[in-house]
Amino acid sequence: MRELLQIIFDALSLGSLYALGALGIALIFGVMRLVNFAHGDFIAFCVFAMLWPSINAAAIVFAGQLPFYLLIPLLLVIGAGLSILSEIVVFRRFRNANPATMMIASFALGFVIRHLLLMLYSSRPKSITLWPSLGLPVEFFGAHIPMLQVVTIIITLAVLAVLVLFLKRTRYGLEMRAAAENFTMARMLGVRANGVILLAFAISGMLAAAIGLILATNSGTADIGMGANVMLIAFIATVIGGLGSIPGAVAAGFLIGAASVVFQATLPHDARVFRDAFVYGAVIVVLLVRPQGLFAPKSAKQRV
Amino acid sequence: MSQRPSVFRQTIITPIVLIVALLIMAGLSYQFGSRAFNRTAVEMFINIMVVVGLYVFVGNSGLLSFGHISFMCLGAYMTAWLTIPPVMKSITLKGLPAWLLHTQLPMWVATPISGLFAALFALLIGRVIMRLSGIAASIATFGLLGVVNNVYSNWDSVTGGQGSIVGIPPTMTVWIGWIGAAVAIAIAYLYSISRSGLALRATRDESVAASASGIDIVRERLIAFVVSAFIIGLAGALYAHFLSIVNPGAFYLRTTFVTLSMLVVGGMYSLSGAVSGVVAMSVLIELFRNLEKGVSLGGHTVALPNGAQEIAIGIITIVILIYLPTGLTRNQEFAWRGWLLRQRLAQPVQTALKESN
Repeated sequence: MRELLQIIFDALSLGSLYALGALGIALIFGVMRLVNFAHGDFIAFCVFAMLWPSINAAAIVFAGQLPFYLLIPLLLVIGAGLSILSEIVVFRRFRNANPATMMIASFALGFVIRHLLLMLYSSRPKSITLWPSLGLPVEFFGAHIPMLQVVTIIITLAVLAVLVLFLKRTRYGLEMRAAAENFTMARMLGVRANGVILLAFAISGMLAAAIGLILATNSGTADIGMGANVMLIAFIATVIGGLGSIPGAVAAGFLIGAASVVFQATLPHDARVFRDAFVYGAVIVVLLVRPQGLFAPKSAKQRV
Repeated sequence: MSQRPSVFRQTIITPIVLIVALLIMAGLSYQFGSRAFNRTAVEMFINIMVVVGLYVFVGNSGLLSFGHISFMCLGAYMTAWLTIPPVMKSITLKGLPAWLLHTQLPMWVATPISGLFAALFALLIGRVIMRLSGIAASIATFGLLGVVNNVYSNWDSVTGGQGSIVGIPPTMTVWIGWIGAAVAIAIAYLYSISRSGLALRATRDESVAASASGIDIVRERLIAFVVSAFIIGLAGALYAHFLSIVNPGAFYLRTTFVTLSMLVVGGMYSLSGAVSGVVAMSVLIELFRNLEKGVSLGGHTVALPNGAQEIAIGIITIVILIYLPTGLTRNQEFAWRGWLLRQRLAQPVQTALKESN
């Protein structure tokens, strides 16, 4: 029972991270068919924004010293700002381009951001301590669950609830859902394209900042490549969930998180190092069974 | 009705132009370049092989593949297993089967075997993956990359795990690099004018019309997948002989994206685009590498700060894509005549169907 609880919490907290990442990618994909490979670098950027640029091994904590009620909004603004800036400077010029071209452009942008960070901070991972009290375990039906896992899950659920309310209850949310379903049609019915796209980028940037905060608190280090893994799994989750389906992306994020934790717990010891191979293999199998994704929206069906 | 010239006569000039241009580059580099410059040239030729291999699949089928670098990994490790002296292998790679442990082949034999090994693997895995289309196929190839990388990084007794395998004979020269690139271009050209290549391009431009005309999409894609895996397997083997060490980290995301960028920057639907993308990016990288080392301007040495190379290359890639979204060659082939006709034909018709995928 205790082990089971531990596995469930591990799965939920890892899944939360992937779900938040998948959401950030799915929102942008929905409105402009762009797979944003720079998302992982946005995450890293937000983490490094807490440190003062220096190439010394010891990190000089800068914004990270602020109390949490200032730090969190500041990081969200930084994430949204970076994301909006990248839309205005780069992605706006690719509105009518082939998806492959856009994908490579986003990769190139990520490359620029990553090397900018490398130049300012050097490649050494830096230690960063945020809220050490979150690392303490809490008792929960006899299982010791790190406080951070509980917080991560609660934050994710809160973010999801807010987003659902936003998408379902507000005018902008309605416009964004319409745009995700059929962008051309939505524009014809009076949805302002630039507004919706900027909004999607802003939300996606804030989600990147949230992931950055969770990752930094969890690992206690700031590393240039820290966002890449989450971004990749998130990207896979958006496809498995059904491209263009926002709830699908979230569900698939949780599913992949759960699958990795379950493989980790149940595989025989020798095979455990090959866990990722099993996860990727499972992804291929899912795609073969449902190429359109698990929760594909009706509009995704190709019309002839 | 007059007899039209054959496809072969119309298009043979493209591979000839490309191969001769590369020969001139190899000659100049051999004659005038320093040792370091020659290494850059070899690296460029290997990248040309990889990107041309990618073109065979991506350019003809229109599907983006993130998985082809895994074939490079397979080829590189295969050649390592075949060419490292048995004495060394028995210490570092204990898990190899006995027959492999005791063989040692020269590079000329090991390289084609490595290519065939990659092609065979592609045939097996492609039978499954090629049933998918659109972005699902791209993600499935990505899954392939993940699986291969994970297995090769962790199967310590056979692949040496995360560490590097050393002791591969370093037999690469500029000329072998050129031969490799020429072979890759020739194979890619022959494939693209073959019946299968033409059929596959038809499915790329209008998949519904193509399958209505009796083209078996899965079969044609599989053929292209296997051919491209063969070319990239060869490239992987040559890469192993170039560095004389292999490690799984070299065949993962960075290489995947760098080679894809080269293809897209050049023009992903043309062979000339694949080659010129690599040449353009390699020239840029070399240029900025030298600028980082410092250039003397009237007694002063002006140097870019470290790391400026990658930033500049990323920015230049974005700028090229903004102004030339179809790449440097605009998806056309080099030819002496017929430019106008090509320009009219090369653009696939944009239909409502295109938007949905």
